[in-house]
Amino acid sequence: MQYLLTLHTAESGWAQMTKTDQEQAVGAYRAFTEALKQAGVLAGSNRLQPVSTATTVRVANGKSQVLNGPYADLKEQLGGYYLIDVADLDPAASHGAVEVRPVWGMPG
Amino acid sequence: MSSRDGDAQARTTADAVARRSYGKLIAFLAARTRDVAAAEDALAEAFAAALADWPEKGCPANPEAWLLTVARRKLIDGARRVAHRQDAAAELQMLAEGIDAAAAASGIPDRRLGLLFACAHPALDAGIRAPLILQVVLGLDAAAIASAFLMAPAAMGQRLVRAKHKIRQARIPLRIPERDELCERLAPVLDAIYAAFAEGWVDPTGADVARRDLAEEAIYLGRLVTALLPREPEAFGLLGLMLHAEARRRARRSAGGEYVPLAEQDPALWDTAMIDEAEAALLHASGLGAIGRYQLEGAIQSAHMHRRRSGEANWSAVVELYDALLRLSGSPVVAINRALALAEASGALAGLQAMDAVAGDPRLNEYQPYWAGRADLLAKTGAHDAARHAYDIAIGLARDPAVRHFLQLRQSALKGSRHG
Repeated sequence: MQYLLTLHTAESGWAQMTKTDQEQAVGAYRAFTEALKQAGVLAGSNRLQPVSTATTVRVANGKSQVLNGPYADLKEQLGGYYLIDVADLDPAASHGAVEVRPVWGMPG
Repeated sequence: MSSRDGDAQARTTADAVARRSYGKLIAFLAARTRDVAAAEDALAEAFAAALADWPEKGCPANPEAWLLTVARRKLIDGARRVAHRQDAAAELQMLAEGIDAAAAASGIPDRRLGLLFACAHPALDAGIRAPLILQVVLGLDAAAIASAFLMAPAAMGQRLVRAKHKIRQARIPLRIPERDELCERLAPVLDAIYAAFAEGWVDPTGADVARRDLAEEAIYLGRLVTALLPREPEAFGLLGLMLHAEARRRARRSAGGEYVPLAEQDPALWDTAMIDEAEAALLHASGLGAIGRYQLEGAIQSAHMHRRRSGEANWSAVVELYDALLRLSGSPVVAINRALALAEASGALAGLQAMDAVAGDPRLNEYQPYWAGRADLLAKTGAHDAARHAYDIAIGLARDPAVRHFLQLRQSALKGSRHG
């Protein structure tokens, strides 16, 4: 069963962190990624550029409209994701500040 | 045997199996697929088939195995109808083999605890966990659960469906958590059982059958959890707490249906056998070496029972226990109960001062027992105007007509009140 773990953090918080704290955070993500690889459950992962680089496309009356900015303006932003493949929700839901969503099952 | 006798006997047997084995059969049928709703549908059809079949052919020697076999067939038929995934065939095969293996063995394995942990999983909305357990583990119908939790049946039904859908789609496992997280995961299971008990407790006369049953069912679940997890102190703490509270049921109302506060209850009306069982549960819990909320609340109930043996309540012990509970929970509700116990031990003024220390907490604004307790203490210290005002709020917030009437009588007994 595949689950998408989306990571949500306040981007402004990152800039306020000391260099050491930033390095520590990056190290923690690396360690987590490595652990997922070791366990053989990692199906994909990426860190995203800040929302200031986001473009949103909306469709209204059959016409698509391209807009500057994120889809939703929230206090915390989507900063990255892991796609993992595990047996059930419990191993998927045992990590940090993430939203866990089962992936819609594809035929086959 | 006449057909009417056969009918009655079939119904009695079906009812007995339903009560004893419902959750066990559901847990077994849904263990692999996590599709609780489909398991419920299949079992309902199996019960219907039993009521048609048993009066004619007689009750089977092993009704549980009979129901499981029929339910399994319904479940696989149902799955086949909607099967569109390539792996469905393999899954069905495994399902059939698993069920056959169990039916061939002498007993059906008891996986109810795994089902309980799924229903009280932290990934489900906290408010739906207790109703879900009552429906899935005990087989109570949605309408009865809705009335017990003061919800519209349609809304309750919809929330139950949504929760079951999430169990299946998000793959919430039907299993007992690993040792290292068992303690943390057991808490929501116990909380859900206690929530069910508390809903039943609201109606002490048992006038509302759905409610009275709820307290009994919660105690049944409490016994089940302690039987399946004999080393978990909080499970025994909760069982002790519920049994102590339930033991006082008959004493909580006068013969005329009037509310009787704890301090004025006749200990002779308390259920001795239930108190003994509660004490044994609490003693067992204390031997397991980890204190917790339910053990402390159970111990407070136990201290109230002191009056049965000595003729006098042990309020200073109650205050000490509330101190410990307050350190553990920090809840304003605990602080209020502590203040009321302190008032009994050291006088109304001391209780009132302790109450004032937390009175600013907005969570207490609509907490009925706070206003009722405050009114009583104010009345005892002679602050009659303030007491009258607090009684007004307490009466307005009271859900139970007997409590409302009791408070109205107290209020009209205040000096300067107009009677009538």
